[in-house]
Amino acid sequence: MSSSTAINAYQPKTRVGRVTNFVDSRVGGSGMVKEFGRKIFPDHWTFMFGEVALYTFVILLISGTFLTFFFDPSMAETHYDGSYLPLRGVEMSVAYASSLDISFDVRGGLFMRQVHHWSALLFVAANAVHMLRVFFTGAFRRPRELNWVVGTTLLIMGLAAGFTGYSLPDDLLSGNGLRIIDGVVKSIPVVGTYISFFLFGGEFPGTAIIGRLYVLHILLIPAVILLLIGMHLFMVVIHKHTQYPGPGRTNTNVVGYPVGPVYAAKAGGFFFIVFGIVAAISAAFTINPIWNYGPYDPSPVSAGTQPDWYIGWVDGALRLMPGTVGNWDFEWNIPFPWGVNTLSLNVLFPALVPAGIVFTLMLAWPWIESWVTKDKREHHLLDRPRNAPTRTGVGVAGVVFYCVMWAAASSDLIATHFLVSLNDVTYWLRILVVVGPIIGFMIARRVALALQRKDREIALHGRETGRIVRLPHGEFIEVHEPVDEYKRYQLVSFESPQVYAPVADANGHVSRSEKLRSRASRFFFEDRVAPVTPSELTAAHSGHHGEIAGAQDRESIASH
Amino acid sequence: MADNSHGSPDTSVTVATPGQGGVDTFTNPGLPPHRPRLADTDPRAEKRAERQVALLFFISVLGTLLFFFAYFFIPLNDTIEQLRLQNLALGLGTAFAMLGIGVGIVHWAKTLMPDHELTEERHAVTDEKDRAEAEQIVGTILDESGIKRRPLIRNTLIGAALLAPLPAIAIFRDLGPLPGDALKHTFWDAGMRLTRDPSGTPIKASDVTVGSAFHVIPEGLNEAENKLEEKAKAVVLLMRLDPESLNPSEGREDWGYDGIVAYSKICTHVGCPVALYEQQTHHLLCPCHQSTFDLEQECKVIFGPAARPLPQLPIDVDDEGYLIARSDFQEPVGPSFWERG
Ligand code: HEM
Ligand code: FES
Repeated sequence: MSSSTAINAYQPKTRVGRVTNFVDSRVGGSGMVKEFGRKIFPDHWTFMFGEVALYTFVILLISGTFLTFFFDPSMAETHYDGSYLPLRGVEMSVAYASSLDISFDVRGGLFMRQVHHWSALLFVAANAVHMLRVFFTGAFRRPRELNWVVGTTLLIMGLAAGFTGYSLPDDLLSGNGLRIIDGVVKSIPVVGTYISFFLFGGEFPGTAIIGRLYVLHILLIPAVILLLIGMHLFMVVIHKHTQYPGPGRTNTNVVGYPVGPVYAAKAGGFFFIVFGIVAAISAAFTINPIWNYGPYDPSPVSAGTQPDWYIGWVDGALRLMPGTVGNWDFEWNIPFPWGVNTLSLNVLFPALVPAGIVFTLMLAWPWIESWVTKDKREHHLLDRPRNAPTRTGVGVAGVVFYCVMWAAASSDLIATHFLVSLNDVTYWLRILVVVGPIIGFMIARRVALALQRKDREIALHGRETGRIVRLPHGEFIEVHEPVDEYKRYQLVSFESPQVYAPVADANGHVSRSEKLRSRASRFFFEDRVAPVTPSELTAAHSGHHGEIAGAQDRESIASH
Repeated sequence: MADNSHGSPDTSVTVATPGQGGVDTFTNPGLPPHRPRLADTDPRAEKRAERQVALLFFISVLGTLLFFFAYFFIPLNDTIEQLRLQNLALGLGTAFAMLGIGVGIVHWAKTLMPDHELTEERHAVTDEKDRAEAEQIVGTILDESGIKRRPLIRNTLIGAALLAPLPAIAIFRDLGPLPGDALKHTFWDAGMRLTRDPSGTPIKASDVTVGSAFHVIPEGLNEAENKLEEKAKAVVLLMRLDPESLNPSEGREDWGYDGIVAYSKICTHVGCPVALYEQQTHHLLCPCHQSTFDLEQECKVIFGPAARPLPQLPIDVDDEGYLIARSDFQEPVGPSFWERG
C-alpha cells in the first residue's frame, strides 16, 4: 500500500533487516543496538569474578525456583514416611520432611539441592574475590566509589541470603545455628530479649521462624539483590569498565573487544562453563547431607561440624573471645535504680566488632584514600597491586584477619587433626588475630616494594637470560636481554605519589587536619619506588657499556 | 629506602603521572602490533578449529542425552547408593551439556572471531553545562513550590512525615508475645522425676554408676504442649562423681545426692547443648565454641567464651529410689540477656 511505503522509507533487504525493522518500528531497539552492539569491553582474567558472581546468582534463581515447588516451610510436627529408611517414623517438622523428600523422592531433587548449595558458596566466594580484585587494583576510585558501596551492600546481602537459606531445612545443624543466633540476639542490650521473642514468635525455637526466614530467603533478599545488581551493572555501563595500564591504554580510552561478537561470545560461553563446573561439583561432592544430621532437637549436637565458609568467621570470633581473663569478667551485671541488668560483652563484642570493623573500613576506604592523597581525579586505569604497596598491605591485613577468624571456627578440627591441645590452638589464634594482620601488612608491603624494584631493574637493564659470557679481560657477566618498548611501558607507566607536605592557609597556619593528612601520607608513601624515567634509561645504557646488548636490542633509545 | 623519583607533581598535588605530559616520562607507544593466530593464516588450522568447536557442541548433545538416560532409566529404590549413582549421572550429564556449549563458544571466539583489539574514547559521565542546568531546574521547582518561603508548611510536613512511618513499625508488634518472665523458669518443678532423653523413662539413683553420664529431661516433657520450647530450656546432664571430689559451696551442699549432680545442658555462652563429658577430668565441654566447665568447681568456666557457670538443678531421691528435682533451677538457664540481672 502506498501509505505504508510513505512511512517506511527504509526498506530492509536481508532477513535480519526485516526482523530489525519489525522490532524497531514498534518498540525502537535500534538506538540500543547502536549504543551497545559494538561497545568496547576490556578483557582480563581478573574481570571474570564479577561475571562468576552474576552467573551463580542466575543459577541460584533457577535451582531455587525448582526447590520452591517442593519445599514446605511449615514447622508442624509430622512423622516421616518417605523412602529414606533410617528416619522412617521419626517425629520431625514438615520442613525437614519435605527437604528429605526433595533429596530422596523427587528425581533430580538431590541434584538441585546440591547445585543450589554449591552455587551459593560460589556466589559469595565470587563476590568476595571480585571485591578483592576491585580493592587491590584501585577500581573503587573516583568515579566508581558509589558502585563500590553498592558492591559491599551486595556482599552483605549475599551473606544474609546464605544464612537464611542454610536454616530452612530445619535439620539438627541448622537448628543449632539458629540457636546460636538466638543467643547472640539475646545479648543485645535493652531490646535483645524482645527481638528474640519477635523473631521466633515466642520462645526459641517456636513454630514461626522457618516460615519467616523462607519469605526473606525467596522473596525479600533476592529482590534486593536483583535491584542492587541492576544498579551495579547500570553504573558499570555508565562508567565503562576500567582497564589495566599498558601500551595503547590511557585514562581516556577503552581498549578491548566489541560486545558483538567477541565479548558477548566469551561472556555468554562463560555462563555455560560456570554452570557446567557447578554441575560437575554437585555431581561428585555431597554438600549438606541433612539426612545424616536428623531433625532439630534442642538436646543433641554434633561436634566437628562447620558452618558455611562465609559465616564461619563470625563463629570463629565467638570462639576466640574469652569469657573471663584472670578475674576480669566480660559479663557485667550493672546496677540501675530499677534493678540489675546484664551486659554480655563476651558475646556482643565478637559478634559485632570484627564484622563492624571490616565493613566500616570497606565502605569508607575510597574516601580514606582520596583524603590522604588529595587525589580527586577520575581513574580509569587500574593499579597493579605492587604499585600501591600500602593499599595492598591493608588488603592483605584484612584477608589475614578474616582467615584467622575463619580458622578459629575450625579450632577443634585443627586440634584433633594435628594432635595438639585445643586450648593451645585457641591461645595461638587469639594472638594471631591481632598480630597476624600486622605481619601480613608488613610482608605484603615489602613484597610489593621488592617487585617494584625488580620492575625497575628489568626496565633499566632488561631481563636476566641466564646466559653467562666471559669478557675479553676475563670478567664473567650475565647477558641481559632488553625489553621492548611495549613491555617497558607496562613497567614504567604508573604513578608513585610522594609524601604530602602540609600546606599552610592564608594566615600561615597549618590546620590539624593538614597535619594529620601529612602523617597519614607518610605512612602511605614514605617507602616508595618511582617509575623509571627516560633519562634514567639513557644513563643506564651509557653507563653499563660492559653489558652486552643482545641482537634483540633493536630499539633506539634516542627515540624517546 | 632511596627515593628514586624524578617525576614532577602534575595534576594532583602529590602524584606524578607518567605518560601524560610530565617532563621526564615515557610516552605511550600505542598498541603493540597485532600478531596473527594460526587460524588466521593457515586454512587447515582454521578448518581444524571449526571442527573442534563442532565437536564440543556435539559433546554437549551427548551430555543432555546422558541426563535423560539417568532421569528415566536409573530407578530410585530405597538404597542410597542408587540415589548417589543417579545424582552422579544427572550431574555429569548437565556438566557435559553445559561445558560443551560454553567451552565451544569460547573456543570459537578465541580462535575464529576477530582478535583485533579496538579502541574507543571515554566520554565524561556528565556535562558540566547539564549539571548547571539541572541545578537551575531543581532551584525553579523548589522556588515554585514555595517550600523555602513557607516554613510553617515545611515544618508541619516534616513532622507529619517523621510520624507517619511509625505505625509501619508498630504493626509488627504481634510478631511474638512479650518475654515476660518466660526465660526465668523452666519445666522443672519440685518432686518431678528425672527421666532419660528421649525415651522419658525415670532414672534410679542406683542406675547412675560412678563415671557414667545421662542426658535427662523432666518427667512429662514428651507430653508437654510446647515440647521443643520446654526442652530447649529443661535439658539436663546427670553425672556421678566421687563425692569427695565435689566441692559444694555454702547452701548447695544438699543439691546433689551421694555424688550424683545435675547441671543444665544449655551452654551459658549462646545456648548450644553442652554435650561432651570428659570422664577423667570431670570437665563438660560445649562443642560449639569449646567452653569448658569444671564439675569439681560447680561447673565454673575454666576455658572458652562462656562467662558463667552452668546452673545446677537441685536433686533428691524419692521413696522408690528414683531421682527427683527438689525445685526448678535457682537462676535462668542458657545465654545471658539484658533482664537477667
Ligand atoms: C551479586 C554480586 C555481584 C555481581 C553480580 C557483580 C557483578 C559485576 C560485574 C559483572 C562487573 C563488571 C566486570 C568486573 O569487573 O568484574 C562488576 C563491576 C564492579 N563491581 Fe561488582 N558484582 C558483585 C559484587 C560486588 C562487590 C561485593 C563489590 C565490592 C565491594 C563490587 C564492586 C564492583 C565495582 C567497583 C565494579 C566496577 C569495576 C570496574 O569497572 O573495574 N561488586 N560487578
Ligand atoms: S554455645 Fe557453648 S561455647 Fe558457645
